[in-house]
Amino acid sequence: MDKNQSGYKVFIEEIGSISAFTWKFIKAFFNRKQEWKEIFRQCYIIGYQSMPLVGITAFIMGLVLTVQSRPTLEEFGAVSYLPAMVALSIVREIGPVVTALICAGKIGSSIGAELGSMRVTEQIDAMEVSGTNPFRYLVVTRVAACIFMLPVLVVVADSISLYASYLGVNLKGVLTWNLYYHQVFESLSFSDILPAYIKTYFFGLAIGIIGCYKGYYSNKGTEGVGLAANSAVVVSSLVVFIMDLIAVQIADMLGYT
Amino acid sequence: MKEESVVVTQNLIKSFENNHVLKGFNMDLQKGENLVVLGKSGSGKSVLIKCMVGLLYPDNGSVKVFGKEVADLSVNELDDLRIRIGFLFQSSALYDSMTVRENLEFPLKRHQPTLTQKELDDLVMEALANVGLERAADLMPSELSGGMRKRIGLARTLILKPEIMLYDEPTTGLDPITSREISELILEVQKNYKTSSIIITHDMDCARTVANRVIILINGERYAMGTFEELMKSDDPQLKPFFAAL
Repeated sequence: MDKNQSGYKVFIEEIGSISAFTWKFIKAFFNRKQEWKEIFRQCYIIGYQSMPLVGITAFIMGLVLTVQSRPTLEEFGAVSYLPAMVALSIVREIGPVVTALICAGKIGSSIGAELGSMRVTEQIDAMEVSGTNPFRYLVVTRVAACIFMLPVLVVVADSISLYASYLGVNLKGVLTWNLYYHQVFESLSFSDILPAYIKTYFFGLAIGIIGCYKGYYSNKGTEGVGLAANSAVVVSSLVVFIMDLIAVQIADMLGYT
Repeated sequence: MKEESVVVTQNLIKSFENNHVLKGFNMDLQKGENLVVLGKSGSGKSVLIKCMVGLLYPDNGSVKVFGKEVADLSVNELDDLRIRIGFLFQSSALYDSMTVRENLEFPLKRHQPTLTQKELDDLVMEALANVGLERAADLMPSELSGGMRKRIGLARTLILKPEIMLYDEPTTGLDPITSREISELILEVQKNYKTSSIIITHDMDCARTVANRVIILINGERYAMGTFEELMKSDDPQLKPFFAAL
């Protein structure tokens, strides 16, 4: 009983701490003083250097989804709906969520481990005692880069997925690029793209905040660094799913379905 | 003439849950002196200097630096104070994603943003020359030996020309020759930069070389204070073990 109570207490405290950390980020983010050079460097690391992984995953995702969906649609004589169905699935849900999960794994763990090792080796303390704000230099730059780059990665992933889907359609049939393109964009509307695009900013915020929080407050020792990296991935992946659930409900309430 | 105290702690108390580290510690650092704080590992020496720069806050008591109560300072006031204090960490705490040059430029770019690249280069090379490592400018911290890391850490700290230096175990993990070099460097810093310094150590050779005054920290309290020679000659059984190896 006591164990459960202490578990709940830790859980509630953790949520409170992450909320306070997020609020601190928001205040610092809208401050005039920013480390722009470091933000651009982080955008390069987080965005550009994640492109190969995101691209390959998106390609496979688009191809597999198309190939796997074809038999079911064939049963109903609805193969002509394949491009539209795949496009809706990718743009509304699979593209943003899978890209966010890949980023939670790649970026979340790397931020958690980097800041965790900086904490353990007293580099964050060294920054603080030199009169430099480590929160602004380390946290704001990384979270901002995640917020800016995740939507870009999702657009890239969606594009590659749709192209892979075109190849998938042509594995067992013949469809010209022009017709495929026409069918895809005819099926997509503003209400499909906008909510999906907006939620990617929040996914970026969640991945950046949780990675930074876990690393920034990691316990002393190498075990703490490993734990920070690991929990950054687990918690941010979970938060991505929870945010997705909330985003779907909000989009539904606003009539974007 | 009354000497000027730049750091004063009064009845400093600090605990971590049930571990009572400092139990009413009193000390003062006079302007221009090297004060060595000796104590066993885990006796609270590092906690003491971390309280002086606001990395930790005392549970009770007072820490005044340049007459200002550290715990009462706002964030901006604390940053202003920290610029006047240099802190050499036990691990050197070099930013390992940056070259030595970038490590040294880092505080300069933030506190003296009007400097040109030429001025930055000159200041960096001057700081490196002061620690005898001009050729290390473009190396990464991972390419440096333990002694070199300490020197670069010291150069990075000195580049803002602090008035107070806090050394946390400056010779730990170094061979006797390098330890001796670091101790001599501490003396040079005192002479050239006119700093007032607190040196936390359990290295008796280092303490003997650099100390103007020594404080022995036992059970979270100031147990004894005096010059190195005075304490070495003491018959106190609590002090004898510190000097037994000499």
